[in-house]
Amino acid sequence: MAVASGRKYSVLRRPTVATGWWGWFVTVDHKRIGILYGITSVLFFLLGGIEAITLRLQLSNPENALVSPDVFSQLFTMHALTMIFLAIMPLSVAFFNIVIPLQIGARDVAFPRLNALSYWVYLFGGLLLNAGWLVGRAPGSGWFAYSPLTSTAFDVAGGMDFYVLGLLMLGTSSMAGAFNFIVTIINMRAPGMTLMRMPVFTWMTLVTSFLLVTAMPVITVALIELGFDRFVGTNFFNPTMGGDPVLWQHLFWVFGHPEVYILILPAMGIVSEVLPTFSKKPLFGYPFIVLSGVFIGFMGWTVWSHHMFTVGLGPVANATFAVTTVLIAVPTGVKIFNWLGTLWRGSIEFNTAMLFALGFVILFIIGGLSGVTHAAVPADAQQQDTYYIVAHLHYVLFGGSIFGLFAGIYYWFPKVTGRLMNEKLGKLNFWLLFIGMNLTFAPMHWVGLDGMPRRIYTYDSAMGWDFWNLFSTVGSWVILLGVLVFLHNIMRSLRKGEVAGNDPWDGRTLEWSIPSPPPEYNFAEIPTVSGRDAFWSEKYVENEDGIPIPIKKRPSSGGKDTNDIHMPGLSYFPFVTALGMAICFFGVLIHISVIVIGLVVMLFGIYGWAFEPADPEPESGSH
Amino acid sequence: MLHNLTKLRPVLLLLLVPVLLTTACFPSHPQSTFEAAGPVAEAQLKLFYIIFWAAVFVFVVVNGAFIYAFIKYRRRANEAHLPKQTHGHTVLEITWTIAPMIILAIITVPTITTIFYTAEPPPGKTLELKVIAHQWWWEFEYPDLGITTANELHVPVGMAIDVSLESKDVIHSFWIPKLAGKMDLVPGHINTMWFQADRAGEFYGLCAEFCGTAHAQMRFMVHAEKQSDFDAWVESIKATPGEMTGLAAKGKDLFVNKGFDGTLRGEKVTAQRCAFCHTVEGLPIRGAVGPVLTHVGGRETIGAGIIDNSAGNLKAWLTNPDKMKPGVGMPTLSIADDELDALVAYLEGLQ
Repeated sequence: MAVASGRKYSVLRRPTVATGWWGWFVTVDHKRIGILYGITSVLFFLLGGIEAITLRLQLSNPENALVSPDVFSQLFTMHALTMIFLAIMPLSVAFFNIVIPLQIGARDVAFPRLNALSYWVYLFGGLLLNAGWLVGRAPGSGWFAYSPLTSTAFDVAGGMDFYVLGLLMLGTSSMAGAFNFIVTIINMRAPGMTLMRMPVFTWMTLVTSFLLVTAMPVITVALIELGFDRFVGTNFFNPTMGGDPVLWQHLFWVFGHPEVYILILPAMGIVSEVLPTFSKKPLFGYPFIVLSGVFIGFMGWTVWSHHMFTVGLGPVANATFAVTTVLIAVPTGVKIFNWLGTLWRGSIEFNTAMLFALGFVILFIIGGLSGVTHAAVPADAQQQDTYYIVAHLHYVLFGGSIFGLFAGIYYWFPKVTGRLMNEKLGKLNFWLLFIGMNLTFAPMHWVGLDGMPRRIYTYDSAMGWDFWNLFSTVGSWVILLGVLVFLHNIMRSLRKGEVAGNDPWDGRTLEWSIPSPPPEYNFAEIPTVSGRDAFWSEKYVENEDGIPIPIKKRPSSGGKDTNDIHMPGLSYFPFVTALGMAICFFGVLIHISVIVIGLVVMLFGIYGWAFEPADPEPESGSH
Repeated sequence: MLHNLTKLRPVLLLLLVPVLLTTACFPSHPQSTFEAAGPVAEAQLKLFYIIFWAAVFVFVVVNGAFIYAFIKYRRRANEAHLPKQTHGHTVLEITWTIAPMIILAIITVPTITTIFYTAEPPPGKTLELKVIAHQWWWEFEYPDLGITTANELHVPVGMAIDVSLESKDVIHSFWIPKLAGKMDLVPGHINTMWFQADRAGEFYGLCAEFCGTAHAQMRFMVHAEKQSDFDAWVESIKATPGEMTGLAAKGKDLFVNKGFDGTLRGEKVTAQRCAFCHTVEGLPIRGAVGPVLTHVGGRETIGAGIIDNSAGNLKAWLTNPDKMKPGVGMPTLSIADDELDALVAYLEGLQ
C-alpha cells in the first residue's frame, strides 16, 4: 500500500506491555474493559447516591434550608442522569463485556478496540456531564429537560450545556458498544450454539443492544437540535418563534421509554441466569422468556406517550397509549410466571446472589403493578408528577435494575476475581438494601397520592407530609449502610475471599467451564455446544425420571498448547481517539481553538487506529 | 395446622402494622386525592380504586405463590437427588398469558370511558375560565364575566367549569387535587379541561410540572361558594377600588409614581415603579408583568398561595420578596420604612 518506507505500522508501534496501571490504558481485553466499566459505574453510583442522600436530607423536614432551590434542582437532575446513564447502563455494559464472550464461547468481542473506545468515551462523557458541578452550574432543568426551561432564556446559569454535550458523548459510547455486542452475539457464537440455545442473559443483551442502536439516534437528534437552539440560536423548541416544546417531549420519550427497557432487560437477563442455577433446574419456559423479552423490546416503542398523559394530546391518543401500555404487562407477567415455574419443585439455595434475584422479582412485581395504575389515564392525572411516580420508578429501577445488577455482581464476582464474596456480609448487604429501599420508597406511594408533587425543595407542614418524609429519609440511611457493607465486602473479598475455582455454583452456562479468573484467551479450545445449558449437560445426564446424574469423568480442557492462540494486540488509539473527542466537546464550552485541537487529536487517533498492524512489530522490525 | 398458625402469628401481626399506620395517617389533608370533592376527581379516584384492588389481588396471589415456593422448595440438608429437570408446560404458558389479558381488558373498559368523561364538560350551563400560567404565579380570567384575578380562584358550587389553559413562558401544570387531576399549560398550545366543586369550601391548587427555581411555591387557592356568594364576589371584583385616604393615599401615590432602586437576581435595577408591573384597575397605567393587584387586600394569601395575607407578611414580602420566594421575578427594592407602611396600607385597602 501507500505506506512509505516499508513500515508496517503507521505512527506508533503497538504497545506490548499489558501490566501495571499503564496496561489499563491500552487494554482491549473484554474482561479488563468490563472491570473498568464496573469500577467506574460503581463510583458514579456512589456519586448519584450522595446526591440522593442530600435530596432526602433537604426533604426530611418541612421548610428545610439545607440547600438552595437551584442546587436542589441540580441535585435531582444529576441524580437521575448519573444513576441512569453513568451507573445502571454502564454497570449492565460491564456484565455484557465480562459475560457475553464467555457465555457464547468466544475469545473476545468482535471489535476489541471499538470496545475500549466505548469505555473511554463513556468515562469522558460522564466527567463532562459532571463538570458543571465544578463551575457551580450542573444541569438543573430535570433529566427530561422539558423545553423551554432548557432554552438560554430560562436556563440562565447555562447548566444544560453540560447536559447536551455530556449526553451526546455518552450516546456515542452506547451506540458503539451496542453495535459491538450485536455483531459479537450474531457472529461469534461457538459451534452448535444456535440462537435458541443462547443463555437468556445473552439474549437480553442482544435485545438491549438493538434497543440502544435504535433509541440512541432519536435522543441524538433531539440533543443536536437543543444544542443548535442553545449555541447557534435556532428555534426548534422555541414557542415564541414558532417552535414546539411538545416536539422535544415526543423525541425525548420516544427515546426515553425504550431506555426504560434498556435499564431493566439486562437485569431480567441476570435474574434468568441466577434463578435456574440456585434452583438446580433449567429455566422454565425458555422460549417464552426469550420471546417475551423480544416482545417487551418491540412494545417499548409503542408506549412513549404514556409519559405525556397530561400534556393535552387528547382523549383518542391517550386511550390508544393506555391500551398499548397495559399490553406490556402481558409479556412481563409471562416472564414472572416462568421464573415462578423455575423455582417450583426446585432445590432453592438462598445465597446472596439468589436473594438479590428473588428481591428483584418481589420488588419488580410491586413496581409493575403500580405501573398499571398509571396506564389508566384519568387516575394518572392525579399521579403524574407526584411522589407516587417517584415510588413506582424506584421500585422498578432500584428494586428492579439495581437488585438485578447486585445479583449479577455476587454471581459473577468469583468468575472475574477468582474469589467468592463473603456470604455473611452479602446477606447483611441484601437485607439492609431490601429493608432500606422499602422504608424509603413505599411511603412515597402514599405521600404522592396525598398530593405531594415531585421536584419541590420545600413544603408546608400543613400538608401533612412531615412524618412520611422523615421516614423516607431515615430509610435512605439504611440503604446507605447497605451500600457501605457492599463496598466493604468487595474490598475484603478481593483480598481474603475464599478461592472460587472454576465452577463455584455448579453453573449451567459456558463461563463456568473455564478457570476463574479466565485466561486472556478465555477458552483454550473453543467448545462445541449441543444444547441449552451447555456446561450443565457436560456434567450431568438425566435418568428416565428427568433426575440429573453426575457424569463421573469431568471433561478437562488441559493439555492444549495455548501459546499459539492469536489474541488482538494492545492499542493506544482507542484512548487517544476518545481523548480527542473529549477535548473537542469540552472545547465547545471553552473556545473554538480547543475544538480544533481536539479534532486534530481525534483524527490522529483514527489514522493511527486505521493503519495499525494486526500484531506488535518485533523491536528489530524494518524501519 | 393450628400449630403452624400459631407460629405465623407474629408475621400476621407484623403485616397489620402498615395497615394500621395507613389508617392512623388518613386524616384530612389539604391536597389528598382520596377526598374527592367533585365529579372529575371522583371519577379519577373510582378508577384508581378499581385498579388498585385488582393490583392488590394480583400482588397477593403472585407474591404469595413465590413465598410459598421459597418455603416449600428451599434446599434441605438431606435431599436424595437433584430436582427433576422440567423445561416448560405449554398449557400453563397459554393460561398465564390469557389470564392477565382478561384482567387488563376488564380494567381497560372503565379507563377508556373515564378518559372520555373527564375530557369534556357535560352538556349544560358551564362557566368559562381561562388560566394563564406565569413563572411563578397564576392569572385567572373569566371571559364571560369580564374579570381577571390572580392566584385565588372563585367558583360557584355545582357548576362545571370549562377551563382553557395557556402559558406565558415555560410548561406548568394546573392541579387541584380534590377537584381534578392535572393538565399541563404549554406555551404555544391551548389545552382544555373541566372540573366542578360539589361542596363549598377552600381547595388547594398548585403547579405540578417543574418550572424552574420557585416551582415549589407556585400555588393557588380555590374558593368554591354558593352561587349567590359567587355573584357577590364577581360584583366586588368588577368594582373599581374606592378612593384612598390618609396613609393608604400616600401608598397609592408611591405605587404609581415613586421609582425604587434595588436588585433582581443579583443585577442592579433602578427606578422601578410598582405600577409598571402590576395592574390596579382605575390607575392611569397598567402593568402586565406581575399579578393583577386590583383586589389584593381581599385575598387570603400572597406570593402565589405561599403565605397568609397580613400586614406583617405584606411588609416582609415588600422588603425582600426573594427571601420568601427564592427566584421570584419581583426585585428586592430599597423602600424606606414609612414608605413600606404606606404601601401596605394601600394594598390592604384594595378590597
